[in-house]
Amino acid sequence: MSTPRTVLVTGGNRGIGLATAKQFAAQGHRVAITYRSEAPADSEGLFAVRCDVTDAQQIDDAFAQIDKELGPVEIVVSNAGITRDGLVLRMKDDDFTDVLDANLTAGFRVARRAVKGMMKGRWGRIIFVSSIVGAAGQAGQANYAASKAGLVGLARSLAKEFASRNITVNIVAPGPIATDMLDALPEERRQAMAEAVPLGRLGSPDEVAGVICFLASDAAAFVTGAVIPVDGGMAMGI
Amino acid sequence: MSDQDLFERFKRRAVEVLSVEDGQVKLEAKFADDLDADSLDLVEFVMALEEEFDINVEEQELEGVDTIGQAFELVKSKI
Repeated sequence: MSTPRTVLVTGGNRGIGLATAKQFAAQGHRVAITYRSEAPADSEGLFAVRCDVTDAQQIDDAFAQIDKELGPVEIVVSNAGITRDGLVLRMKDDDFTDVLDANLTAGFRVARRAVKGMMKGRWGRIIFVSSIVGAAGQAGQANYAASKAGLVGLARSLAKEFASRNITVNIVAPGPIATDMLDALPEERRQAMAEAVPLGRLGSPDEVAGVICFLASDAAAFVTGAVIPVDGGMAMGI
Repeated sequence: MSDQDLFERFKRRAVEVLSVEDGQVKLEAKFADDLDADSLDLVEFVMALEEEFDINVEEQELEGVDTIGQAFELVKSKI
């Protein structure tokens, strides 16, 4: 059983974020989650903080609150993100930049704030939740895919900048996972996705959480700058 | 506050952040060559000084600051 740590999961109010927060809590860690508008339905054992990750001041305030309540953040899971799907010809500037801001720039802001404390403690784990579409591309998701691909460059640069401080930075790239985000798609789309997956099904948020928790654990101390797909084999080789 | 007192506080932060001995923190000491400080150490050091002296140091002002003495002059100019 690893040393209990203070964990922050952004966008931890539902889906992969919530599953991840709960797994960390079950392992005995002190877990904080941020949410933009809807507080989690079931946040037992979690410290929920309202925070819009596109606002640097709100991130600062959130970290200050968490620091006071649970101690300095040692593990960060940058998971908050949005989609605004549409074909490129119909995509307005805002549709592109807003998604980039919420998914990529926010990741940068959260990481920048987190490393300050991690540097002092000479220990840290940062995990970015990317997506297989970052590497594989997806029609209708140019903005989302671009933001998710960007996280890899960001993560690897952070990994190199902060390696000397015993801070590892990794990426998980989920494939199609059964969450609200996917529920928004028509049934036939979800069916088609499941069929495109070698393992023949969608993944569960817990399965992604499992890999995230591993990356944050002592067992993954020699893993940094890695991109780990959790996609049932969908994008293997890409 | 005298220069001497100021330097004492400055030195304490240097020892703490750069993990060096008090005796190593001489005005001529070069961050990279003498104190084994990498760029990240410097960032940490500047942040500690900003906190200690309630000052703000812009990125550009650090250009050319290679020694303890130069860093100390920069801090003094801001108090």
